[in-house]
Amino acid sequence: MSKTTPRQLVEQIADAVSRADRTIRLMEVCGTHTVALFRSGVKSLLPNALRLISGPGCPVCVTSQGYIDAACDLAGREDVTICTYGDMVRVPGRRGSLEHRRAEGADVLVVYSARDAVSHAAAHPDRKVVFLAVGFETTAPATAAAVLEAEAKGITNFFILSGHKLVIPAMQALLSAGDVPIDGFLCPGHVSVVIGANAYAPIVEQYGKPCVVAGFEPEQMLKGILHLVRQIGRGESRLENVYSAAVTNEGNVAARRCMEQVFVPADSIWRAMGTIPGSGLELREPFRPFDALVHFGLAIGPDYDPPGCRCGEVIQGKVEPDQCNLFARQCTPAAPVGPCMVSSEGTCAAWYKYGRIQAKSPSTQARSS
Amino acid sequence: MLAHGGGGELTGRLIAEHFLPRLRNQWLEPLGDSAVLPWTSSALAFTTDSHVVQPLEFPGGDIGRLAVCGTVNDLAVAGAVPLALSLAVIMEEGLPLKVLDRIIDSIAAAAAEANVSIATGDTKVVERGRGDGMIINTAGVGSLRESLSLDKRRIIPGDAMVLTGLIAEHGLAVMSAREGLAFQTALRSDVAPLNGLIEQMAASGADIRFMRDPTRGGLAGLLADLCVDIRLSIEIEETAIPISRTARHTAELLGLDPVTVANEGKCVAVVAAEDAGKLLEACRAHPLGRQAAIIGRITDAAPPIVEMITDAGGRRVVQRPYGEELPRIC
Ligand code: SF4
Repeated sequence: MSKTTPRQLVEQIADAVSRADRTIRLMEVCGTHTVALFRSGVKSLLPNALRLISGPGCPVCVTSQGYIDAACDLAGREDVTICTYGDMVRVPGRRGSLEHRRAEGADVLVVYSARDAVSHAAAHPDRKVVFLAVGFETTAPATAAAVLEAEAKGITNFFILSGHKLVIPAMQALLSAGDVPIDGFLCPGHVSVVIGANAYAPIVEQYGKPCVVAGFEPEQMLKGILHLVRQIGRGESRLENVYSAAVTNEGNVAARRCMEQVFVPADSIWRAMGTIPGSGLELREPFRPFDALVHFGLAIGPDYDPPGCRCGEVIQGKVEPDQCNLFARQCTPAAPVGPCMVSSEGTCAAWYKYGRIQAKSPSTQARSS
Repeated sequence: MLAHGGGGELTGRLIAEHFLPRLRNQWLEPLGDSAVLPWTSSALAFTTDSHVVQPLEFPGGDIGRLAVCGTVNDLAVAGAVPLALSLAVIMEEGLPLKVLDRIIDSIAAAAAEANVSIATGDTKVVERGRGDGMIINTAGVGSLRESLSLDKRRIIPGDAMVLTGLIAEHGLAVMSAREGLAFQTALRSDVAPLNGLIEQMAASGADIRFMRDPTRGGLAGLLADLCVDIRLSIEIEETAIPISRTARHTAELLGLDPVTVANEGKCVAVVAAEDAGKLLEACRAHPLGRQAAIIGRITDAAPPIVEMITDAGGRRVVQRPYGEELPRIC
């Protein structure tokens, strides 16, 4: 079979959309897709009657404000070193961000993996090292492996603040709430590598929404979109996988086993979506000593949106970034108001960086240095 | 290991034993309060830059090479022939002398490569924890080439944009070498003095209107700034931008946009459309310009914006990155 070019795929999509003769609304679940769709220019090639809605798949954006505040409180402790992915550092909380805390002298270290945090703990036995464990099934296995490593090495000054989230329960919660019309889901390749394509079966079976797993290359995303649009045109709802080179039906069993050994699904608070049953990960009993909440006797406080920020609606696909009054005015990547503008995977940041929004506010185009 | 001391004796020994033997030349040798240089050119280009980098040594270079090349390149892209540099080194107590020697050797090698002299210098040793290992400031002077008339105001729609080689190598190499990064790549920094390459570009006779090296902020930062300055649109083609497979793959892995990643040995030139081929040929004839390419053009599309025509045939805006671009979470 000869390879279909992006141009041909775009034509086929346009054709399928015009045949459906209505607006089709697809949700790309994950922030990585959101960014890739913009960065690759794919978004600019799609017909107007095809709406791509960004979903709740940006790890930083779905993290509740209560979590951010708990992390900031921990950072304020003399004996604590916070290890975190870079994106988390600038999210504004009730009393400023981790970046502010660092400026005040808090020990906040940007790491690239959970393992780095374990190594840091091993090298600094006098510090209590807390890793901000956020992300979906892409990062959770790595956190689990880090906890296992710390246990095996007898490292007792390593803790995690688990904000891990699961993708499927969030999709179910969105559909159950029913206030956002969605015709189908473009499902993320990297999460699916771990959870397997079959994980989406409940979405297809219980809610009748087609799901197509795709990678992040332009051809992959276009193919995924085409398959969705064709299914919708025919009134079908099936599970398809156009990324079978990397994603199997079962997923990465070893990674999942590691995750299941360390974590147990638990209720979790999502930004603006509230508590979703079984949508987070909590350390299992034997690993409780690694739980920062347990060790420091903390609780995650209430969730809220920064004043004026509509991130909560953005991550549920209820509004698009430019419907937020602050977008590109008070809120820019240089001075973000909400997490959707902070995170490199955030929908607002992607719109701002790659969309044609400059005309709206010339001042924002000024050189930042 | 370097000890901390205010005494002149330590500084004197540092200079006599570590710096002078490696950097010796007729201007520096007298160790006077000022270097005295011969001067003939009508116009003088003068620039300065301070350099910090972690780690001090990284694949393909180190802070010393970076400090020499950075200033040489600033002079070269301004159309000047670099002549002499000053070198001010602030070192942190505890810096291994072996590392210091390697870095001075590297400074000497880069200066020789760029054919400039370190004409004057200064060293200070600061307390541990107050100097980031080493901080280097270099200033440089050069004489303006008369064969070039660089002026952004001469840029017009239709002008072509030439990039002299592979992007993103420096930023990704440093990032992958930085302590704690859980992956390793074969990437090496592209840090290199550009004056030789630019000499050939100037000699080609092409009507070059503008040159700059895309360092921090990457190609995206350079283009976004230029767009604001000239109030004209810039259109670049993703397929035309030279990038290695490794760099593309690494950037993808980290969730970074390669056009926003730093370079230290590349030059972007805006050239009259009819001279683009000539300029490209001149670039490719130089070892540092083998992968040069025409990556885009100036247009009069309003409002002024930098746009990329992507691999997939779509379009997207290119903007200056905000602060340091950090690897994504998943
Ligand atoms: S533009 Fe800023 S304030 Fe508005 S929703 Fe997005 S992140 Fe929140």
